[in-house]
This record gives sequence, structure tokens and C-alpha cells, in this order.
Amino acid sequence: MIRFTFAAIAAVLLALPAQAQNTRTITDSAGRVVQLPERVETVFAAGPPAAILLYVMAPDRMLGWSRANRAETREFLAAPYADLPAIGTLTGQGGKAGLERVVALQPSLILDFGSVLDMYVDLANRVQEQTGIPYILIDGRFENTPAALRLLGEALGVPERGETLAQDAEATFAHIDTLLAGIPGAERPRAYMARGPDGLESGVVGSINTEILERAGGVNVLGRAETGRGLVQVSFEALLAADPDVIVTWDRQFFAGCRDNPFWSEMRAVREGHLHLSPVLPFGWIDGPPSINRMIGLDWMAAVFFPDRCQINLRESARAHYHLWYHVDLTEDQLDRLLP
Amino acid sequence: MTDGKLPPARMMRRLSALAVLSLILAAGALAALSIGPFGLSLTEVLAALSGRAGGTAEVVIWNIRLPRVLAAMLVGAALAAAGASYQVLFRNPLVSPDILGVSSGAALGAVCGIFLSLPVIAIQGFAFLGGMGAVVLVIFVAQAVPRVDQTLVLVLTGVVMGALAGAATSLLKVMADPYDQLPAITFWLLGSLASITRADLRPVLPAVITGLVPLVLLRWRINLLSLGDDEARALGVDAPRLRLVVIAAATLITASVVAVAGIVGWVGLVIPHIARMIVGPGFAAVLPVSAILGAGYLLLVDTLCRTLSTIEIPLGILTAVLGAPFFLYLLARGRRGWS
Repeated sequence: MIRFTFAAIAAVLLALPAQAQNTRTITDSAGRVVQLPERVETVFAAGPPAAILLYVMAPDRMLGWSRANRAETREFLAAPYADLPAIGTLTGQGGKAGLERVVALQPSLILDFGSVLDMYVDLANRVQEQTGIPYILIDGRFENTPAALRLLGEALGVPERGETLAQDAEATFAHIDTLLAGIPGAERPRAYMARGPDGLESGVVGSINTEILERAGGVNVLGRAETGRGLVQVSFEALLAADPDVIVTWDRQFFAGCRDNPFWSEMRAVREGHLHLSPVLPFGWIDGPPSINRMIGLDWMAAVFFPDRCQINLRESARAHYHLWYHVDLTEDQLDRLLP
Repeated sequence: MTDGKLPPARMMRRLSALAVLSLILAAGALAALSIGPFGLSLTEVLAALSGRAGGTAEVVIWNIRLPRVLAAMLVGAALAAAGASYQVLFRNPLVSPDILGVSSGAALGAVCGIFLSLPVIAIQGFAFLGGMGAVVLVIFVAQAVPRVDQTLVLVLTGVVMGALAGAATSLLKVMADPYDQLPAITFWLLGSLASITRADLRPVLPAVITGLVPLVLLRWRINLLSLGDDEARALGVDAPRLRLVVIAAATLITASVVAVAGIVGWVGLVIPHIARMIVGPGFAAVLPVSAILGAGYLLLVDTLCRTLSTIEIPLGILTAVLGAPFFLYLLARGRRGWS
């Protein structure tokens, strides 16, 4: 009995500092009011988009990546964060990390970046209730990038960093808007973003995977779909009938086989040299995952769409972007490989 | 009927039925060639076919629609023929070409290929090897199991292998990159002819023919398998060996079409039923009629897939949506199913 009392007192005493510690509240993108500890030490990123957002914002708070980084990816990330372990994902396609695992990692915060649909709000509430770890949801739409950066900056207690990056994102958006303001609709290229091993996978208007295409001033040849807004399979004939001016892809396998493929070599865009392969290191410039890694892709895509009007030095732009966002200084050799 | 001779009148009737069905199929193929998002009139289609149209019309017809129309017919015919063979082999009308795990094996192979980010040709090769490999494994395991009823052992082993391959496929899906490989895997598992080229058809056609030849040549003997092993033996047929030949031929056919088209369900199950409704249960007649009906059915479905909307509807979805209710209808009618 005495022993038990001791244990109880000890437990209360141990719990006291946590109780006494100041907490603050934050309102996430879904309008949820979440209690956060004064200092957020470590964060569990619920999926690859969140992991990238967290790395960009405050890599020292990372517990790990959703998936282990490949060697070629690690080269474009700052040490020691590049080698952080894979800790799985909590949400999104193929959620894998068990709640117990998350609890065992003892993060001060769980961060999800992406859809704020009811399903994800529900999941966030449930995980927060089960684990007792605060969970914030940040809207992952491309247009929301500056707000997302500021919100996370506030949540992590690094508002200056959030503000710096948000302003950089706003400057990029503004630069694209200025460019597009001078380009009438008729002169905007009709574009197609090829995904998948055969290049016949893509997104319709409204798909998060292809929204950068429209943001950079292109017209998605697939238009809107009667049903849904996600990834779709496209028929080659429909594509030939749509006859895009430009085709962009990030799939090296597809790009390499394109010229030998009787389908694609027939496409006007391919024949006339308007098939473009986007850089993908350390993360895709135009997709894969659709997160803030697309900010640099906006410049790239605008340069692809409007080669005569877009006055962007991609090398300089990439160098600055990687320094500010990815915490690495690219060597000339790395730049050569990134932008052949 | 055991010697392969039919009364002349029945023979004639059967041949004319085949001729009529083939004519309808040919007309259907021509119609399908003239339908598509790229507007072409029937005269333009004919001109393109004879090489007088030039330009984009010829590209559309020769590079896109013709391979696709041929592929749809080939895949449909192959799956229906394989389904008819498996059904007579197992003496069970609920059997489809994937009974011995060929589809799940092919799926696992293809998913491996996508997971390793291989080019399309390698994905197809993996799918083919996976499908063949699964069935070879099933036969090997089944023969190691000492039991009287070999058919039952085969089916059970097929179920087990199918489940194992399915589990491995799911594991790869879990491990795949959710933003890159997973959509590709999903689309492949639903089946599609969207990216079919003439080059894709080149290895498939001989493989399907190689599989069909023994089935056609042995059609009378195969018919005897439906009587059961003992009676087949009494009539001079080495049932176990013949069964292996049929499995090998039907598996070759199925694996090679699944390798280029992805998983297309229901054709091999439903079409032989319709064939039996038309010509009765005799395998010698069911086989060619199934092939022609299967070709026509998949031609229709694929034409719907590529024309109903600007984006593709996966083949496997439509074959199920059309095939499943029809199958229920057949069951409800319950007339003249299997005998």
C-alpha cells in the first residue's frame, strides 16, 4: 500500500511539469482548434507531402521520412536529415504507421498536409483522441502554399521562417501572374501531363496532380471530367484528337521510350520537340508528391510553356530555391544533372 | 460422336451458324474502326485501310484503332476459348480462365514490373511469366499431392496459389510509391487496351494461335473429358495427359493476352455459357462459337470504353458491369446450362 502511494505521488509529481507547462492553441486549416505545447520538439509527418513541408520548414523537428530516401534523393538533401529513418505514413493512400509506433516516437505534434475533407478531419480527431498527441491538418492546395507555410511556422514556433518562405512563394506566384497577364488565352499552350509507365495516366482539371499545369498558364487538354477529379486513364486516340501543344512528364522511363513508341512519335508535340522531362530531385518539380516541392516547378513549367516570354534563369532560380527551401547549396555538377 | 463425324445436315447448320457469326463480327469490327474521338467517316476509314487516305487518318486507323480493335477481338476470343476449355476440363460451368491462378500470377508479375519502374515491354513480359509460372507451380504442387481426384486437388491448389499471389500483390501495393506507382498498378489491375500497339500484338498473336491449335485439333477428345476420367479411358483417351495439354494451351492463351490487356474478368466465364445456349454443350462447337462471341463481346465493350467519355473506362470494370448481371439472368433462366 505504501509502495502504491509512493508510486501515485511520484506519478503526480512527474505529471505536474507537463500540466504546468504553458500550452497555446492554434486553429488549423479545417477550423479545428488544437492545443499545442509551448515548444514543439518533434513532429510526426502523416505522409510524404507533410514530410516535405516539415523538412522545408524545420528539418530539426523531423522524426523521419514517410519512406526511406533513395541514394540519388539523399544527395540533394541536407545532412543529417537526408538519412533520417523511414517511419511510415498515417494517412493518404496506403497508411502504414501504426498508432502505437507513433506514440512510441513521442512526437509533440502530428502534421498532415493535403486534403481537409471530412474524412481527414475525422481521422485527425480520432488519432488525437486516441494518442493524446495534438494533430493539425493543413490545406495542401497549391494556391494555399503561402498560408500553409505561415500556419506551420506559427505552429512550430518559427514564424520568421514561415514568413520568409511564404513571401518567396508569393513572389513566385506574383511573377507567374505578371507573366500570364500579358498572354491572352489563345496563346496559352494546350498541355498534357503524362504519368505512368505508358504515359497514358493523367489528371483532369481540378486534379491535385495536374493543378500546377493550369497555374503555370497551360490549358489541360483533358478538360473537366464528368465524374471525379482525380487521376484517370486516357486513350491515345482521345489524346491524338486533343493534339496537345506541349507534353510534360516526370517519368524517366516513359520519356526514354517515347521516341521509339509508334504512338508517341506520331504526336505533334513529340515530333516538334515539345516533350519535356521535369527534374525530380530531391522531390518532383511538378508532382510526386503534390506538395510544396512544386513551387520550383512553377518556374520550370512557365519556361516550358512560354520559352520566348518567360525571362527566368532556371539555374539561378534553382540554386536560390534549393538554398532557401532545401537547405543545400547545389554544385555546378548537380545543377548540370538537374537541368540538362 | 466419338469419331468426330457429324451428320451432314448438322455439320452444315453448324458451319452456317459460324459463318453468320463471323460476318456479324467483321461488320462490328468495321463499325468499331469508324467510331472514336478522332472523327473519321466510313469512307475515310476504308480509304485509310487501303492506304489511300494518308496523313493523320492513316495514323489513327493503322496505329491506334486497328491494333486496338484487333487486340479487343483477340483478347476476347482468347479468354472465351480458354474459359470454354477450362469449363469442360473441370466439368464445371462456374470455372473461368483464372481458376488455376493465371490472372493472379500475371497480376503479381506486372505489379513487380511496375514496382521496379520497368518499361512497358518488361511489365508485359513479367505479367506473362507470372501467369505461366503460377500455373506451372499449381500443377507441380498438385501432382505432388497424392489424391484420387486430381481435378479437385488442382482447383484447390489453384485457389491457394491465387490467394498467395494476391497477398504478394497487395504487399507490393502497400510498399509502392502512392503518388507514382500505385495509380499505375491500380489501372493495370483493372485492365485496359488504351496503350496497345501493333508491336504489342506481335508476340501475342503467335502465342494465342499456338495455344489454340491443340485445342482445335483435340476438340473431340477434349469433349470426352466431360464424361469423367474412367469413361474417357474406356474410350481410349489418356485423360491425365490430355488434361495437362489443355491446361498448358489455355494457360498460354490467357497469360499472353492478360500480359498486354491487364486483368479482364468475366469474359471467360460468361461467354462459353452463351455459346452453349446457341450450339449446345459439345466442346467441338462451343470452342469456335465461344471464340467468335468473345471477340465480339470484348470488341463491343472496348468500343464503349474508348467512346463513352474522353477519359478511358477501365476494361475490367465494364466487362464486370455488363457480364455479372447477364450471368445472373442466365442463372435465373436456368435453361440448358450444362449437361
